[in-house]
Formats: sequence, structure tokens, C-alpha cells
Amino acid sequence: MFWWAPFLLFQLQPLVDIPDKNPYSSANDIAQGKRLYMGRCAGCHGPTGDGGKGANLAVPKLPRASEDRALYRIIRFGIPDTEMPGSLMDNHELWQTAAFVRTLGRLESAPVTGNAQAGEKIFKTTGGCLNCHALGSQGGNIGPTLTGIGARRSSAHLKAKILDPASSVPDQFRLVQITTKAGKSLRGIRVNEDTFSIQLRDANGNFQSVWKDEIAKLVSEKKTNMPAYKGRLSDEQINDLVAFLSGQKGDQ
Amino acid sequence: MKSAIVLLAAIPLFAQVTHQRLLNAAKEPGNWLTYSGNFAGHRYSPLKQITDQNVAKLQPAWVYQSNSLQKFETTPIVVDGVMYISEAPSHVTALDTRTGRTLWRYRRTMPDDVRVCCGQINRGVAILGDLVYVGTVDAHLVALDAKTGAVRWDTVVADNKTGHSITVAPLAVKDKIIIGIAGGEYGIRGFLDAYDAKTGKLAWRFWTVPAAGDPEAKTWAGESYIRGSAATWVTGAYDPETNLLYWGTGNPGPDWNGEVRAGDNLYSDCLIALDVDTGKLKWHFQFTPHDVHDWDATEVPVLIDADFRGQKRKLLLFPNRNAFYYVLDRVSGQFLLGKPYAKQTWAKGLDDSGRPIRLPGTFPTVEGTPVWPSVGGANNWYSPSYSPDTGFLYVATRESGSVYFFGSAEFKAGEQFNGGGFRSVPGEEEWGAIRAFHPTSGDLAWEYKLFAPPYSGVLSTAGNLVFGATEGQMIALNAKTGKLLWRFQGGGAIRSNPMTYTSDGKQYVAMTIGNSLYVFHVQ
Repeated sequence: MFWWAPFLLFQLQPLVDIPDKNPYSSANDIAQGKRLYMGRCAGCHGPTGDGGKGANLAVPKLPRASEDRALYRIIRFGIPDTEMPGSLMDNHELWQTAAFVRTLGRLESAPVTGNAQAGEKIFKTTGGCLNCHALGSQGGNIGPTLTGIGARRSSAHLKAKILDPASSVPDQFRLVQITTKAGKSLRGIRVNEDTFSIQLRDANGNFQSVWKDEIAKLVSEKKTNMPAYKGRLSDEQINDLVAFLSGQKGDQ
Repeated sequence: MKSAIVLLAAIPLFAQVTHQRLLNAAKEPGNWLTYSGNFAGHRYSPLKQITDQNVAKLQPAWVYQSNSLQKFETTPIVVDGVMYISEAPSHVTALDTRTGRTLWRYRRTMPDDVRVCCGQINRGVAILGDLVYVGTVDAHLVALDAKTGAVRWDTVVADNKTGHSITVAPLAVKDKIIIGIAGGEYGIRGFLDAYDAKTGKLAWRFWTVPAAGDPEAKTWAGESYIRGSAATWVTGAYDPETNLLYWGTGNPGPDWNGEVRAGDNLYSDCLIALDVDTGKLKWHFQFTPHDVHDWDATEVPVLIDADFRGQKRKLLLFPNRNAFYYVLDRVSGQFLLGKPYAKQTWAKGLDDSGRPIRLPGTFPTVEGTPVWPSVGGANNWYSPSYSPDTGFLYVATRESGSVYFFGSAEFKAGEQFNGGGFRSVPGEEEWGAIRAFHPTSGDLAWEYKLFAPPYSGVLSTAGNLVFGATEGQMIALNAKTGKLLWRFQGGGAIRSNPMTYTSDGKQYVAMTIGNSLYVFHVQ
């Protein structure tokens, strides 16, 4: 289940010469790059590159890959200590994929219609977002940190997550319920698990660790602690919130 | 003077490791003389000081830390109080089994641009006479003095610049050192070699991929056999009665693009049986004709003599990476039985000759085709174990799939020649198990479920124990029932096989965890 599992098997060879500019970016290369992208990249980055599990690629300037060479390297070797894996594509295919990724940044992105200032107010007050999420030095630690989220995720993705957060729950925020043989009940976000034990972070932020042979029942919930804001906030308020979050481009 | 006498009494005199000793390894269970513990690939020990009754008290006796951050896959060899291990990339260290102190070290300087698909690693050494043998990732075979580590000879097996490397533990048989080659992701022409143990001269070479004009060349479209791979990177088995060497071969090249190499692609993904004196092929059996999923048949063959459907036969057991379990007659190569032992979605089954009946829509595509088992397979290079006490075959089994990609396959010498790739199946909850099988039926006797697919082998002992590992933890199970009896969190990924030996008459169990070798005992 872990994304790094393939690396047990294959190590990517170091490369010798990478040109600065993409040598394969004709219309045919881009068309082939699209096919490669759809198979290997779209699962995380989305068919139009606007993110999901992976980063938003539908931006005019990729933060880690403004140069072609850097983009090639990332596709080939991945990004260490992130979920972005490397690829075994050959040289030509890597450049074709890179050529297609560049076109994603030239797509018209969905316009952000909301008012960011109004969105900030909702974020910090009525929305209750800081109860769980961190934004710079403020906020909680129950949910994913939102510092710089506007650089990583598209506005469309952010909107979809606010409306229906259960639609995709990242592995590291999976909610589990445990009933021990001694009758104790625990619920929290799974932070680690193996054959013999499981570790949770409960609603109070405390770590809980349980041996599996002491567990009577272990249920993995297909949901998240985050409430769905569909119906809780008006369409306008949600657009405001999205506008605010989309503006969070870097560390504060 | 008195202390000198004590010293002599404590360290047994070094006796040469003859072929006779290797043949009769079971008569000296305190030593571990070959990669799999015996020639039959059993990875079983008759030692029984550590048992299902006391294994709960197993604890580290000493730890050896390797300075390499590469994967640590070695199986130690132990001879009369000395342990010989290989370390990544191709170093060898001799250790005192009592204390873990180093006796000598061989450190090899490597070129900057070593070409290996999957890490600069080594799975262990062989010993014969007074020499210790190691294959190197720059594709040499080196003989070291067992007492000093001094290089006695160093033979070039192949050129690393073209992607040839050696990661396999050599096998010493009679007066020869058998060594396989890796490089199945580089479009090499695979082979299995035998070298004269004393001089390092090539005795024979068996090419696993044909040359122009060979009958097998017809199983490859055009001249695609030239880059056919079929590497030999896992230590095989030997039967003195048939005088045959049994060795698995790897994937055809390129891995995932089969279009450029239409045909069965002999002898990729085969079990080959070679006369150990001449290297001549006696028979072969191909598990996955025209493989397009990288399912190397480089697993450890297990040789047993048993009743099969009422007839006493010499059998070869083979839990394959392709998720089918095979039983072959090892005299003739006849297919006797084959059935899935893990989830697979690529074949309807096997026909009477053992050939898979492929399901449509299972070949890699540019967009990706999900197929079970995964590229890592239901089993891989790490060792199974056979216990004559329980009669079970133990296999660390992986339950996972991959999305397989088809890609272009332009060959450039020394660069990877993959023709595609793979990724994990989105949303799949992979898992694994240590399974015990009835070897002649392939029926499951028991399983111990693992949270993640394992990447390490198993050892069975006469103490009614099976040792294995998962997720950084070494474990011991009841060999008859599969019940968990002991575990130890070693804090690092385990990609190796356990082994056991005695020092001063006391039993130890050893396995690498992370970048350290752990040696356990019951105090």
C-alpha cells in the first residue's frame, strides 16, 4: 500500500547529460506525452493537472521546475521524501511527458470569483478551519497544514474538498476506530500501522498506541473528521474561502 | 603460556571446507556452509536448542553495523567459529562468531558509475578449500584467502559498462565456483558460468540466450535475442545424484515491451538443469513464455524426494514470482503440478504441459494495465524453506498487483532497456503472508498474515520454528501451526534471509535488519 514500495525493486540510474531545453516538444511529442501522462501521472495530478493527491501542475510556473531540465529530473527521479516517485520511462518518453506537463500550465484555469478578504474572515471565524488546520503559526494540528496550499492545489480541487471532504481521504489522515479486548474504545487518525501494532492521533491530539493482539475490533472508516461544508456555507462564502486559500502561495 | 593453550582450545583449528563437507552439510549443523544451508535449497537447520518453548526469550547477542547505506541482503556463511558476510557494494568481512569482532576485511574500490538496476548489493559469499568467493557489482569474481582476506585471484566475468553486474552468492560445487550474472534491465546476453576454484579460469559458460543459428533463436523475433537478458542472479541448487545444477533465469529484455521480441523467448523465465561438469543443458522448463511483466524465475529451487501420487520421485519445488506454484520431476524436467498460490489475474490456468493459458487484456499498455501479481511478484529472490520435520514448504508470499506500462524500447548499451514501467494499483491494500504448503499438492496448511508484502525469506529449524521478517521486525512462528511466538523490532527494512549456527556449542540465529546484522540467542 505504500507508494515507495516499487523502490525496493528498482533503482533509477544516474544520468549523464540532460539538455537545458526540452528537445522533444512537437505536437506529436505532446500528443504522446499526454498518453503517457494519463497512464502514469493523472491518477494523482488529475487529467487536467489541477492536482488531487499530487500537486497542481496547471500553473503558469511550477515552483520546483521552472526550467525544463528540472522538470525532466523530477519526472525521472521523483522528489525525495514526498509521494512523487521516479519513472522508468526512457529519455524520449520523459521529455514527451514533460512537454505535455508544460501545456497544462497554459490551460485556462477556472476563474477564482470569490473575495479573499471575506474568505479569510470565514476561515478564521465562522468556518472554524483553524480548529483543525494550521496556517503558518496559527491553527491546529488535526488536519493537513494549509500553509502554502494555494501553490500546491488548484482552486477547483480546494472547492471540491471543502464541499465533500470524504471524496478522497489521504492515507495519512485515515480515521480508524478501535475496540480493545478490555472494552476500551479509541478513535483517531492512523499515523502508523504494521502487522503487530497501530498508532493513532486522537481528537485531543494525543498519540495512542495499541498492540493488535489486544484489539477486538479494528474498523477503518471511509470518512474524515472534516465536516462537509456543502449546505453549511453559502456558495458565495465557499467561493470566498477558496479565493483566500488559493492566495496562500508560500510560507507565512 | 597458559592463556595460549586456552586460546587454542577455544578456537577450533581451521579445517578446509571440502566438497565432501558441503555434500554432508547436515552432519555439521553448527556450521552454515552454503547460501541455502545445503545443496537442496532447503534453508532448514537440524539445530534445536532454540525451540517453540524458549524462543520467547530470544534476544540480541551482538550486532554488526555495516557502513553502507545500500540494501544489506547477505546470508552469512559460518565455518568453525568464523562468519563470512558480504556487504554492499561488494565487500567481505570475517567475524568472530562468539563476539562479533572483525577478523579481517576485504574492501573493494568501485568505479564511480556502476550500472545496476536495483542497488549495489550482494547476497553472500561461498567457501571452498581455504578460499572465500564473492561476485562484485562491477562483474568480477574474486577469491579471498579465508584466513586473511587477501585476494588470491580476481577474474573479470563481464563488463559492467554494458550493464553486467554480480549480486548473487556463488555456489561452490566439486572443484568449481558457479556464478550467475545480473543485468536483465540492460539488454545483456545472460549466462551462467563455472570457474576453476583454484585458478579462477573459466571452466564453462552456458548462454541463457541463443546465438544466431541456435534452434532457440527461433523463439525470438528477428535478432531480438541479442538483447534477450535472461539473467541468473539468484543462487540455485545442486543434486549430487543427478549431477545436475538447477538454476532459475530472469526476465527477457526489454521487460514490458514484448512487441519487439515476439515468441517464447528461451531461456528466459526458465528453470535450467545443467550438467555441473560440462555446463551442458539436460532439460529446461519455461514458467512464463514471452513474459511481459518482469516475472523473473530467479527464485531458489527446493529439491526433495517424496511420494508423488503414489510414486517415489525426485522433485523440484518452485513457488514462482508469477504466482503459480510448480512441482517438476528434477530428473526429466517433466511438469507434475502447478497451481496459483497467491492472487493472479493473468492466466486462466496451466495446461497439461504446465504452459500458462493467458487471459486477454493482460499485456502492458501505454495507459496502464492492472495485473496481479505485482512486478515484485508473489515471491521473489528471497528464500523459501523446506522442513523435513513438518514436511511443509514455507514461502513468504506477497499479495499485490501493479499497473503495467508499455513503453518504447530503444537499446543503448549500458542504459536501462525497460520498454515500459509500472506503478502500484491506486487504492489497493497490499498485504502478505508467511504460508506453509503441502509440497506435493500445493495445498495451504496454514498462513500467518502480514500487514505489508514481505521482501525477506524464511528459515525453518528442528526446534519447530520458522523465522522470517516483516516491516522491520524479525519474527518466529510455530512451524506446525503458524502461531507467532517471538518478534523483535529492528528499526530498518529487512531484505535478507535468516540463518542459524552454533558457536561454542550454543545456537544463534542471524539476519540483517536495516544496515546491521543481528545475531540472536537465548541467554
